[in-house]
Amino acid sequence: MSADNSADFEPKIVGIFCNWCAYMAANLAGTARMLYPPNLRVIRVMCSGRIDPQFVFYAFKNGADGVLLAGCHHGDCHYIEGNVKCLRRYKLMKKILPQFGIEPERLRLEWISASEADKLRKVVGEFVEELKKLGPLGFRGVELGVVEAEKQVRI
Amino acid sequence: MSDLRIGVYVCHCGRNIAEKVRIDEVVKFAKTLPNVAIVRDYKYMCSDPGQELIVKDIKEEGINRVVVAACSPTLHEHTFRNVCRRAGLNPFLFQMANIRELDAWVTENIRDATEKAKAFIRAAVNRVALHEELEVGRAKINPNVLIIGGGIAGISAALVLADAGVKVYLVEKEPTIGGNMAKFDKTFPTLDCAACILTPKMTAVKAHPNIELLTYSEVESVEGYVGNFRVRIKKKPRYVIEDLCIGCYQCIEDCLFAKPLFPSEFDEGIGSRKPIYIPFPQAVPLVPVIDPDTCMWLKAKKCPQYCRESCEPDAIDFSMEEEFIDIEVGAIIVATGYKPFDAGRIPQYGFGKYENVYTSLQIERMLNSTGPTGGEVLLANGEKPKSVAIIHCVGSRDENYNRYCSKVCCMYSIKLAQLIKERTGAEVYNFYIDIRAAGKAYEEFYKRALSEGIYFIRGKVAEVTDIAKSEEEEGKLIVVAEDTLLGKVRRIPVDMVVLSVGLEPQADADKIGNMLKLSCSADGWFLEKHPKLAPVSTASEGIFIAGCCQGPKDIPETVAQAEAAAGEALSLIQRGEIELEPNVAFIREERCSGCRICIGVCPYGAISFDEEKGVAVVNPALCRGCGTCVAACPSKAAQQHLFRDEQIYAEIEGVLL
Repeated sequence: MSADNSADFEPKIVGIFCNWCAYMAANLAGTARMLYPPNLRVIRVMCSGRIDPQFVFYAFKNGADGVLLAGCHHGDCHYIEGNVKCLRRYKLMKKILPQFGIEPERLRLEWISASEADKLRKVVGEFVEELKKLGPLGFRGVELGVVEAEKQVRI
Repeated sequence: MSDLRIGVYVCHCGRNIAEKVRIDEVVKFAKTLPNVAIVRDYKYMCSDPGQELIVKDIKEEGINRVVVAACSPTLHEHTFRNVCRRAGLNPFLFQMANIRELDAWVTENIRDATEKAKAFIRAAVNRVALHEELEVGRAKINPNVLIIGGGIAGISAALVLADAGVKVYLVEKEPTIGGNMAKFDKTFPTLDCAACILTPKMTAVKAHPNIELLTYSEVESVEGYVGNFRVRIKKKPRYVIEDLCIGCYQCIEDCLFAKPLFPSEFDEGIGSRKPIYIPFPQAVPLVPVIDPDTCMWLKAKKCPQYCRESCEPDAIDFSMEEEFIDIEVGAIIVATGYKPFDAGRIPQYGFGKYENVYTSLQIERMLNSTGPTGGEVLLANGEKPKSVAIIHCVGSRDENYNRYCSKVCCMYSIKLAQLIKERTGAEVYNFYIDIRAAGKAYEEFYKRALSEGIYFIRGKVAEVTDIAKSEEEEGKLIVVAEDTLLGKVRRIPVDMVVLSVGLEPQADADKIGNMLKLSCSADGWFLEKHPKLAPVSTASEGIFIAGCCQGPKDIPETVAQAEAAAGEALSLIQRGEIELEPNVAFIREERCSGCRICIGVCPYGAISFDEEKGVAVVNPALCRGCGTCVAACPSKAAQQHLFRDEQIYAEIEGVLL
């Protein structure tokens, strides 16, 4: 977790995007050929309300340097208010992350509508810069008791 | 797990993917992934030969899981699921890796794009191994259609559907249908009289047995989903009973106000009306409406109610209240149109300051023979103008207001120029940035205006002023612009200025958008599902858009789009039933502790509690597949098909190469 080699460090960002707004914005960024850093790896869920905090911890455990959650603006949620539920969980996660030694800045939540491809591009750019300053998380392979136990339960 | 045989198909998408992603490297990589039996690449996977590759492998090579690395699933997930189905494989044993929109098109260099493609493919392979056979749900489709907006778009769509035997509810917020087109005098480029082509359609709507016309009404709420929308409509009180009124105008004549004193909304403020009025003589329905803000009885209870006394069929009812109507429909067409740009926002053009500065729509009303001047273009003093300036692009192509081109202003300005010259003999000057006359017979229309001696000055107008600098300018409005062809500033003194205002989204477009879960473009126009291939569909299935609510367009385009939307709606409801995405939630009973947290978070009331078993139960017919309950479940009993925790964990592992 040092910032020494920030020059050639390329952070890995897992994006968990809702199907209707953020994922559509990512599609639009594509059709508009907007270039943004290659660090973002998007996973699609139907609603940001589907985002289980465990997904975030699991991503960090598996080598993500940052996690970007994105859903619809308030009032735009395809499922009434899944995004509000996401917001609640996000605030909780922000509090829990430091307890694992993870800087809360590594988790980001953004409301990105289907037409806001440009916002997506900006957010990714900013986030990459921020994560470069923070340096690698370097958690891969580190046993995180809680997450590991959860994985056991799951299987 | 040993019987898994995954086939990975990498699409070049012509050069779209192949120029950024090293296909051979990706193919080689995919072959090393667990359970992958076959990896192939092809120019266009979505083409027939591409699809056949997959069908053949499923049938002959025993492929039982399919990953296609190509474009966005929003575009072709459906296509490839059907390919699987055709080959006898359950369509949900399939996963798409989006290496075009999310990768090749947004990544600068080849090395990065190739690595990113590998990550997405590994995630898809990981995930598809955990897919299971699923059955699609089915739901009946209600055969009725709701159309919001009774302008030319809504009217055209309504007639197409009603003629096909579909029951249509047409909701219009104004007291009459017709929309903006009803205000026009003539239409470009043929100079057809707008009323002659529109009013027969309006009458046809009223007379059609399959159309239920709800004017002076607004959609209050929409619930449900494709095929099964429950809609609440608010009918505002017009204080005149539509079924009884015979449209005789007696009430209007006998109103306490002997003269019309209030600015007419329909005449864009240049004509007047009484508190009880019919917007224009061809209104449909031809039933007056009473404005509660100006009617002396409704405002102050101070009026002998002459209108009520004079009404023979006893149609006037001051006790009328807001009424709510609940309907059920299978599809919705949104045709809410546009609002003209507010010219007062550009103070240097003098609208509202100089009495002879008008908007284009006000001139349309003057030119219209049923308008306030009976078809004459007149100055405020009642005289005909001898010179008129028409300023194009007011509120359009302007960094300070709207950056987009409103598309119709060039053509309607040329039309107004011709009509003004014809009616008044005035010299007409058009101030333009570019003339955009793309369309059938449009360029010819422009050429004709040029040959008729209408002046065109290329330059954006800096200001309209009444401060004269010479004798010739005294008492005139002076239009100041840089003529970019001459390269000098010109001052043209005129009697009248017409502002060709652009088109803007309706003020309540946000509200409608929220209610129907439609996205808007950055400028506020409703967003279509695909700009080329699905121009009238939206991201919300079963909801279609037509006309200017999607973006500025002229009447032929609007009608074409409206009829396309009607066709799409018809195609949907004719199916009788729809397949529902099987991404619904389910409860693993053995894990459910009966805490009921999921019941509280479900926005659709789809989860109930089985008292006997002590577990939660999901009703798949009500579940819409958001997955909120799954994220909330503390014991991981609630799960979502196609988005099970395991599948998402596998995907997370996959993208983190």
